[in-house]
Amino acid sequence: MDWVPASSRWIHLLAGVMWIGLLYYFNFVNVAAAKAAAADGTAAGISKHVMPRALLWFRWAAVVTWLSGAALLGANFGAAFLLQKSHVAIGIGAWLGTIMLINVWGLIWPNQKKILGMVPATDEEKNKARRVAFLASRTNTMLSIPMLYFMAAGAHTALFFG
Amino acid sequence: MKNPLDSLWGTIITGLILTLILHNAVSYYLGG
Repeated sequence: MDWVPASSRWIHLLAGVMWIGLLYYFNFVNVAAAKAAAADGTAAGISKHVMPRALLWFRWAAVVTWLSGAALLGANFGAAFLLQKSHVAIGIGAWLGTIMLINVWGLIWPNQKKILGMVPATDEEKNKARRVAFLASRTNTMLSIPMLYFMAAGAHTALFFG
Repeated sequence: MKNPLDSLWGTIITGLILTLILHNAVSYYLGG
């Protein structure tokens, strides 16, 4: 057994399920739930007890997914990110995943901190933060569709591009 | 024009279209 690639692949899948699972929870469940909760005055429970915990696991699962993916690529890291023919499918998957990681740490998390009151923000800043965080999260949901396609294609290129 | 990312179905359809475009681009790149 080759321990580094085998354990990297396992951890990559575990962390990836947690990352994208929480992303889908935010987009498929929480957006509508938060809207309904705001309408009947029960949103505080979600923003106080659910979101901080969900975002903690979400953003660190994203980091672990990326790092274990980089470890899994190993010596092929450059070939993948340079989109060389031998590694173009996994390379596109890796680029999409990298853009998604940047969205998590550069847009979603900083804006969620304002929305949840973890950093000071005016009502106007909070409203703007809500829109930016929402669109960044929806962008990641949209990008996850081709990202997962190319992750699967990277491991089974002949099946997808044979 | 409405942003397709404002709706879940718009998000999913946009993702499927992007997948198709990238698939075709890679197929062309690989000479398939």
